[in-house]
Amino acid sequence: MTDKSASPPSPEPSFHPDPATGPAPAGAQTGPSRRRVLGALAAGAAGAATGAATGTASGASAAGTPDPLITENQPWSTTLGEGVDVTPYGLPIHFESDVVRRNVPWLTAETISSINFTPIHALEGTITPQGCAFERHHAGAIELSKADYRLMINGLVDRPLIFTFEDLLRFPRETRVLFMECAANSGMEWAGAQLNGCQFTQGMIHNMEYTGVPLRLLLAEAGVQPAGKWVLVEGADASGMSRSLPLEKALDDCLVAFQANGEALRKEHGYPVRLCVPGWEGNMWVKWLRRIEVGDQPWEHREETSKYTDTMADGRSRKWTWVMDAKSVITAPSPQMPIAHGPGPLVITGLAWSGRGKITRVDVSKDGGRSWETARLSGPAHDKALQRFYLDTVWDGSEMLLQSRAIDETGYVQPTKDALRAIRGENSIYHMNGIQTWFVAADGRVENVEVSS
Amino acid sequence: MSKSRRDNAGGNRNRQAHPRFARARALAAGLALPALLALPALLPLPAAAEGFGLGRTALPQELAAWDIDIRPDGLGLPEGSGDVQTGEALFSERCAVCHGDFGEGVDRWPVLAGGQGTLADRDPVKTVGSYWPYLSTLWDYVHRAMPFTEAHSLNVNDTYAIVAYILYSNDIVDDDFTLTRENFATVEMPNADGFFVDDRDQVEVPAFSAAPCMHDCKTDVHITRRATVLDVTPETETDTETGDETASAEAPAAPPEPTGLDPVLVAAGEQVFRKCAACHRIGTDARNAVGPVLNGVVGRHAGAIDDFRYSPAMKAAAEDGLVWTPELLDAYLTDPKTIVPRGRMSFAGLRRAEDRAAVIAYLQAQEG
Repeated sequence: MTDKSASPPSPEPSFHPDPATGPAPAGAQTGPSRRRVLGALAAGAAGAATGAATGTASGASAAGTPDPLITENQPWSTTLGEGVDVTPYGLPIHFESDVVRRNVPWLTAETISSINFTPIHALEGTITPQGCAFERHHAGAIELSKADYRLMINGLVDRPLIFTFEDLLRFPRETRVLFMECAANSGMEWAGAQLNGCQFTQGMIHNMEYTGVPLRLLLAEAGVQPAGKWVLVEGADASGMSRSLPLEKALDDCLVAFQANGEALRKEHGYPVRLCVPGWEGNMWVKWLRRIEVGDQPWEHREETSKYTDTMADGRSRKWTWVMDAKSVITAPSPQMPIAHGPGPLVITGLAWSGRGKITRVDVSKDGGRSWETARLSGPAHDKALQRFYLDTVWDGSEMLLQSRAIDETGYVQPTKDALRAIRGENSIYHMNGIQTWFVAADGRVENVEVSS
Repeated sequence: MSKSRRDNAGGNRNRQAHPRFARARALAAGLALPALLALPALLPLPAAAEGFGLGRTALPQELAAWDIDIRPDGLGLPEGSGDVQTGEALFSERCAVCHGDFGEGVDRWPVLAGGQGTLADRDPVKTVGSYWPYLSTLWDYVHRAMPFTEAHSLNVNDTYAIVAYILYSNDIVDDDFTLTRENFATVEMPNADGFFVDDRDQVEVPAFSAAPCMHDCKTDVHITRRATVLDVTPETETDTETGDETASAEAPAAPPEPTGLDPVLVAAGEQVFRKCAACHRIGTDARNAVGPVLNGVVGRHAGAIDDFRYSPAMKAAAEDGLVWTPELLDAYLTDPKTIVPRGRMSFAGLRRAEDRAAVIAYLQAQEG
């Protein structure tokens, strides 16, 4: 799709749209999606008018006219559907074909070293299906078979070892749910509200149930020498992705995973084997993991010096910013999920997560942070995993400034964007976990905005 | 693994920290490690006898093949050397197509040179010279992952030379400089002191851990910025796209174009073309990228895309009347430098004849 973009190629995300070569100017985008959103809103307004009399905004019946979907036989009720085996491995029904990963062409016109975004606005619960979980490749998604897979452990170990994929299956394994967030998620928003849709502003995240071998078991098999303090984890793709991990984290909760959501890792997520580094930035979750080296010092490779370091206002930069701070976002209503049903009962929902542990509370504001209500958490509260929240409310049809605020088990409270800027400036690129504001207009449309502190 | 065995495994690669890396080592030692790093010794690890007995011992040749990483203290840096002049020629041939002749960057490919003094600006220019704290990082990355389309194709001395040239393009060394393993640690990176270890636990966590306000938290709330002013959001829910996909999925397969091309071969070529897709675009709406658009390239004169900036070598070949016949393309895709010796296409070539035949068929199937 990016082949059609107007942007020149770039292998690295750029966080300022280039007005000369980037997106179309304001007002130039009049594509079908806008019409569709507006059409939906118009239908919603009509429904609301009808519903006002009956106390409900549901159903197409008006003024006592029977609904033909009920009174007339429909094709799906009178003819046969598909048999089994028509689709041995299924995709979502075509009605859902707009729930897909999307990229931002002006970020990277070149898609080999690029990123796209999870459609979190359209998902529910907490588990991200692999097929729509965001991708970030540095040299493309490679095809590496289980038969060709090798994992090397070397460096300051008693026995440098080679494991095959089959070897990994003979170690004790664990299953746990984990979120994985790119450190650059929301990075385009440092200088102000920019992208209209939580898929783009918070969608560099996914949450899966992984199965794999604890990294500490593999390291123990090789025998870490006392001088070992760090490990280098490295991928098999042409980027040779490499990151330094402190040994303490490697021995704590890292997982050498081969399954996600019950099935093999998808190619784009590192088939056959990737590393999971719970709660830490996604770049460290090396895909196609092929080597683990134990050393006494960090390696300071490209992805931990020139990238994934956070430049402060004075020009100095933080490094080793591994933990993902607590964060949340309202996924609906949101710019891609306007309110189409008019005033009345409204479900406000979203996601919260923290790299430091479990989410214990999420607050929601409808007035831009002047007052807050505590939302209802739903589903299991996993450590370092996405948490779904709901605020069941009644919308009176007036404008709202929706915000959500995550609180984790350490007591960390998700800050405002301005609070982050006051400490870090606007050139940090990474680790933007500030509170998101959605402006909801009276017609139900939603826009990404920022409000006064 | 014993130290001696490790050294043997590295062949002639010296895995001992070099004595001249004293500065880098002192820097590393002076960094305050996060508190969590102090724990490993306390964690229980099974003794060797308690292992599962899985896996096999890695062989020295295997370690040598994969253990290519370089550290700031020089660990892993192999013997070798390269000078700026050699590096300039190599850079022009292998790197300039994306990074520009002087590291200035083409289009949005990374800028490698300049930018010193801009890190506190509104739009910092982060380059090797302005930002990268360790020279070892550059050597490691170039050797590990560059050129973008041909990883692991640069030998040790090539890497030294290209690194030397990048240093020169950043005014860090003079044009007569030769980079060697011995003088590697003497090169001072301008932003070596520009980094500090994550201090969020001290600076931010306390500030962000107060009990949150629930009522009357501010007096004035007004919108300060709006995304729609910029309007840089990609279109979503494009009905036309969905419609196209549905149509193609439900419609019977279109009859093959009367090109005489084997549709199976064309389909195979589409897969092979992925190797080209980093730089070349093809198909409806395709435009020039790092390389020229390839619609209708088979049978066309070389250098024929008006708005593409060809290399001087390709322009010369075009003036000589070079035409991309299937036969010539086959030779070019086997080894580009044998056909256009100083051309910019940084591609190792397709070794398998069937891959070349397939991709040429795929190119033929794309009309101009």
